[in-house]
Amino acid sequence: MPKDSGIGASSKRREDVRFLTGAGNYTDDINIRGQAYVYFLRSDIAHGRIKSIDTSAAEAMPGVVRVFTGKDFEGVSGMPCGWEVTDKHGAPMQEPPHPILAQGKVRHVGDPIAAVVADSLEQARDAAEAIDVDIEELPAVLDMKAAAEEGAPLVHDDLKNNICYDWQLGEADDDKVNEVFANAAHVTTLELVNNRLVANPMEPRVAVAEYSRGTDEYTLYTTSQNPHVIRLLMCAFVLGLPEHKVRVVAPDVGGGFGTKIFHYAEEAFCTFAAKACNRPVKWTASRSEAFMSDAQGRDHVSKIELALDADNNFVGLRTHTYANLGAYLSTFSSSVPTWLHGTLMAGNYKTPVIQVNVRAMFTNTVPVDAYRGAGRPEATYQLERVIDKAARELGVDPVALRRQNFITQFPYDTPVALTYDTGDYNGTMDKLEQAADFAGFPARRAESEARGKLRGLGVNCYIEACGIAPSNIVGMLGARAGLYDAATVRVNATGSISVMVGAHSHGQGHETAFPQVVADMIGIDESMVEIVHGDTSKIPFGMGTYGSRSLAVCGSAMVKATEKVIEKAKKIAAHLLEASEADIELKDGQFTVAGTDKSVAWGDVTLTAYVPHNFPLEVEPGLEETAFYDPANFTFPAGAYACEVEVDPETGQVTIERFTAADDFGNIINPMIVDGQVHGGIGQGIGQALLENCVYDENGQLLSASFMDYAMPRADDVPFYTVDHSSQTPCTHNPLGVKGCGEAGAIGSPPAVVNAVIDALQSGGKAVDHIDMPVSPSRVWAAMNS
Amino acid sequence: MYNFEFKSPSTIADAVAALAGEDAQALGGGQTLIPTMKQRLAAPATLVRLGGIPELKGVCVEDDGSIAIGAATTHATVAREVADKYPALADLAGHIGDPAVRNRGTIGGSLANNDPAACYPAAVLGSGAMVVTNSRQIAADDFFQGMFTTALDEGEIITSVRFPVPQAASYQKFLQPASRFALVGVFLARFADGVRVAVTGASEEGVFRWAEAEQALNKEFRPDALMDLRVNPMNMIGDLHGSKEYRAHLVGVMTRRAVQACI
Ligand SMILES: Cc1cc2nc3c(=O)[nH]c(=O)nc-3n(C[C@H](O)[C@H](O)[C@H](O)COP(=O)(O)OP(=O)(O)OC[C@H]3O[C@@H](n4cnc5c(N)ncnc54)[C@H](O)[C@@H]3O)c2cc1C
Repeated sequence: MPKDSGIGASSKRREDVRFLTGAGNYTDDINIRGQAYVYFLRSDIAHGRIKSIDTSAAEAMPGVVRVFTGKDFEGVSGMPCGWEVTDKHGAPMQEPPHPILAQGKVRHVGDPIAAVVADSLEQARDAAEAIDVDIEELPAVLDMKAAAEEGAPLVHDDLKNNICYDWQLGEADDDKVNEVFANAAHVTTLELVNNRLVANPMEPRVAVAEYSRGTDEYTLYTTSQNPHVIRLLMCAFVLGLPEHKVRVVAPDVGGGFGTKIFHYAEEAFCTFAAKACNRPVKWTASRSEAFMSDAQGRDHVSKIELALDADNNFVGLRTHTYANLGAYLSTFSSSVPTWLHGTLMAGNYKTPVIQVNVRAMFTNTVPVDAYRGAGRPEATYQLERVIDKAARELGVDPVALRRQNFITQFPYDTPVALTYDTGDYNGTMDKLEQAADFAGFPARRAESEARGKLRGLGVNCYIEACGIAPSNIVGMLGARAGLYDAATVRVNATGSISVMVGAHSHGQGHETAFPQVVADMIGIDESMVEIVHGDTSKIPFGMGTYGSRSLAVCGSAMVKATEKVIEKAKKIAAHLLEASEADIELKDGQFTVAGTDKSVAWGDVTLTAYVPHNFPLEVEPGLEETAFYDPANFTFPAGAYACEVEVDPETGQVTIERFTAADDFGNIINPMIVDGQVHGGIGQGIGQALLENCVYDENGQLLSASFMDYAMPRADDVPFYTVDHSSQTPCTHNPLGVKGCGEAGAIGSPPAVVNAVIDALQSGGKAVDHIDMPVSPSRVWAAMNS
Repeated sequence: MYNFEFKSPSTIADAVAALAGEDAQALGGGQTLIPTMKQRLAAPATLVRLGGIPELKGVCVEDDGSIAIGAATTHATVAREVADKYPALADLAGHIGDPAVRNRGTIGGSLANNDPAACYPAAVLGSGAMVVTNSRQIAADDFFQGMFTTALDEGEIITSVRFPVPQAASYQKFLQPASRFALVGVFLARFADGVRVAVTGASEEGVFRWAEAEQALNKEFRPDALMDLRVNPMNMIGDLHGSKEYRAHLVGVMTRRAVQACI
């Protein structure tokens, strides 16, 4: 029986009432009396040396408060990178400076050169046009392989080359890996591109900053997934401000998908300018600016080799990847192609020898950082594509080949640094076979063929490492931050509860799901519990939302804090009931003395906590507890996806006819929200597989700079999904047994789509074994006719 | 956007007079012009709104049976009002952009703009329609003069478009996946005196008539009649959404589908 409230209930998302009726409060809705507007003059050249900037005409324009250039920030640190990757020889990565406004050089189209603060946005823009910038154009560094060559033009003149790091994970002994491949019965090799994406949350980035001369305090309102992280980075590493004088607020945020994790130059600029101009300042990105300044995603070029023995067991895996980091190191960019990617190359399979090689490159493009899935989609795509290709080469069933190589014993130590605590990959695949109706596929294919269409079925598995992660481990791996989270449970006198959480909700549904947990633990109505998030002056120091970590990490902190509250409330109840604390039970919001009918209600206990007339002397009044939670391990959601496509052989048009997801997310708090997360993730995965592509021309101009050329998935591009999450192996190391579900759809779906297209084409007798994403009609047609 | 003067005349004569001013520009539905102005790529000193001129709006059937559409008539109105008179044209208008675009964008604006991937130019050329302006009538074959270029003189405004109604017609649009303009669109119209085939989206020269296909179909009106015909990829558009060869190929596929739809 589905529950109608508490853990496991599909409670309706309470936040949607305000989102869907226009009652949300987004950063751009915030206007401060007397605010001035910021307009950034951005480079329209991908790579060039700034010879001079003359702002005098602009400064004299009407309404102009002040014009800033890189010179104004010479004493200020640049934007920091939050993760130091050590290369395979033990040396730290090359870490070039990232100034707030360009200094000396511009390094990508969109790099901010100057900023005008004016009374109105139009005046700021007019003045920006009057700034005279002389830039000597330099050859743009774009192709990653060419960029790595000796003598290539340098993105950063002070670095020895364009390689940020050469990193390796897994088997370090090349001879051993070579031997595995030399002795293999079969080797499948695949070269592929993981296409660059633009996250494009519906709400572009915004920053509003204010400074009070009276109190020397700053407030920054910003579109962020993690306000405390922004405050820490901006105060401690960029502007040198005391944290207690700075408040960072991330109010309603209209989608993040990773690209709002990072600390951006515009945030630091606005905070700085608010004091420098002694006026509140506001910057709202246009969509065009979002295309050229939001950190982008993916952009890997990989070669992957899979070695199999004569019985089709996987015996070795080797990858060589070029990862594009863009012009500067965005906050977590360095960790994405390494610890979030290399560690996942074992997938769901017991391959004994794995070697992952990643070369991360600087190029004259927008910085690349985490985007929904972050590294894990890149890993999954390589692995699941090469397995599919191997199955086709060997003439074996792709599902059977996967099953044969599944990890079945847990915990399992992979050769690439992770320990999977639990999972049931065969069980999840069983669910998929049922839900996707594999048995009916031949009939559906025949029906498509009768209409002149090719039909294909693509299957793949995925595993991800979520809940990022134990701080001591990530610290060893180079993270410059802890990755715990925190929650404060504040019980009000009348029994309602405010939970202040470090996680940030920007569409995920925390405001609904988190209260379900607390209400369930106490046995009160969900409506009595409210989540407070997104304001450093209200919430404890938590690390925010990304990596599908909110419930697994912050939710665990919330559970711990709630347990502390309950423990204290029992003391008070024991006093009121004149019983021993050990005999007190809490159920349905009533404290009872075990084995008696003596009870006291939750509300009476909470009132007593704040009106402590009749109170145990050894207990402090009040009822409020904070807990920090640092996980013992990552969580490992895993699943199996199936996609069925039809291909029009005349035009190459691919349509997705069916899409089925079987996921193991461990325990589930709100099934409807989980469905929604998977739906959204698959939508983005289908977007990557069929439509989205961020393209630069040979001069570094962004060709896909607007929605006219960057194809976002629309409702009619995706099918109705079948989502099954009845395969559940609870996480073994967090109190809720939850694993995280936010990124799975985006990680698991691209290979399913591409595998299905290849299956369709091969069924039509076309000798096509790979097409790079996006699998657009023109690419399919070209592949069919080459 | 830069500052500009805004005028909303109620007669064609007043509009023409207003457009004689320096850097004055006609405003139809604004679906192309306003975004361009917002990006500061266009900076007219005066915008002359045509939407307030009653004569420029609406659809009517002329004595000779042709359909006259006022230049300031929106795509949505055309989709609704010619649905039974000229279904292929209604279908085309009903699939331009999204509802917001269709409820503002106008046929006159679309033709004056002559975007190489726009739909209406294919219908006008494929139908052999007559473009009527404040000073003359221009046959479709003379009106379109390459990408974003038309026979219109400075300050001349389109007042209406007259479409002869064919026996059968079809518009086949293959979507550019991002903009959903035509990657290739083929408007085919079959009249008593012959077939016209107009292709949009494909050519560097903008909308064009595919003469070989017309000849072949005049001999034999079957999809197979086109099997051996190819348009030359050389003059096709090649961009991130499709190569020249792919567009050339699609011209054939879409034309055959249009023939099929007319049988
Ligand atoms: C999201 C989106 C999707 C779209 N999709 C499609 C599509 O699928 N297919 C398609 O064909 N189009 C599409 N369009 C374009 C749309 O059809 C526009 O409406 C059209 O291009 C311009 O018409 P308008 O009335 O808005 O003209 P405006 O933007 O007002 O003007 C365009 C130009 O025409 C001039 N002009 C306007 N009216 C006249 C006149 N009567 N006489 C002389 N000059 C005039 C103006 O001065 C200006 O130079 C799309 C547009 C958008 C924004």
